[in-house]
Amino acid sequence: MTCTEFLALLDDVIDDSAMAMRADLQEHLSTCEHCEVTLSTTRKTIQIYRSHQLYEMPSSLRERLHAAIMARCKKGC
Amino acid sequence: MEFRNLRDMATIQPIAENEQHPDVALVERVRAGDVSAYDELVRKYDRQVFRIAQHITQNREDAEDVMQDAFLKAYEKLDQFQGNSKFYTWLVRIAVNESLMRLRKRRTGKMVSIDEDVATDDGSVPRDLADWAPDPEQNYTQSELQKILEKTIKGLPPGFRVVFELRDVQGLSTEDTADALNLSVPAVKSRLLRARLQLRERLSRYFKRKSTRSAAKSTASDGRKG
Repeated sequence: MTCTEFLALLDDVIDDSAMAMRADLQEHLSTCEHCEVTLSTTRKTIQIYRSHQLYEMPSSLRERLHAAIMARCKKGC
Repeated sequence: MEFRNLRDMATIQPIAENEQHPDVALVERVRAGDVSAYDELVRKYDRQVFRIAQHITQNREDAEDVMQDAFLKAYEKLDQFQGNSKFYTWLVRIAVNESLMRLRKRRTGKMVSIDEDVATDDGSVPRDLADWAPDPEQNYTQSELQKILEKTIKGLPPGFRVVFELRDVQGLSTEDTADALNLSVPAVKSRLLRARLQLRERLSRYFKRKSTRSAAKSTASDGRKG
């Protein structure tokens, strides 16, 4: 397997644990440090964005917007 | 090496095919005149809709307006909602259209579409291959990290940002993301790969492992400061 072939399957490797265990992929990863680093740091990228969600709404803003929406809905918009 | 499936961390839980989605019952109650059921739907999805609007408009006031308008429009059009689509993906479609309309207004009428900027090849092939420090986010305060993550994702085209948000942060399936954004499944897959690689490449500037020499230099300089 070449690095280009591995990269084409990167999303499947990340999203599908069965795919990640495929022997040819494992073999490539065990001998290619570049692909191993690309995979681990891409996984880490997703994990960081997931655990530090951006653009949180402060609760005061949330309540204000919520009240405005519901007031309009009760009037029939 | 860890091979945990990242889909396990999804924030929007998938429902089995033969199981009725709880939103269907809420929508039915709203249709029957129970406004409190809509209150539940708003509380369930307001944060996600706000984030999508922020990702596309990159403007706080616009995101607030989009969130309100999207929920009001969804309420008005609830009769048009088909049960064969999920309520959330239908709502996202409305929110994305509202967000694009806001962008269009800001760009004085210039056409803005979720399809734009897809031709870029930037970041498709990883260039920075240095490994990251272990737990690299620990080297920054919470607010520094927040700024880095915002700045990094802002550099992506809107169509990439929203695909990454829906798939990787909110945990929607590829099919639901395609449905919500009115894109084909291959288009979603292609954008997701590019978005992931571009974000990885940009974050490497902050997170890569320092070389032994620069780490030693930094330690020596810290020693001198002390």
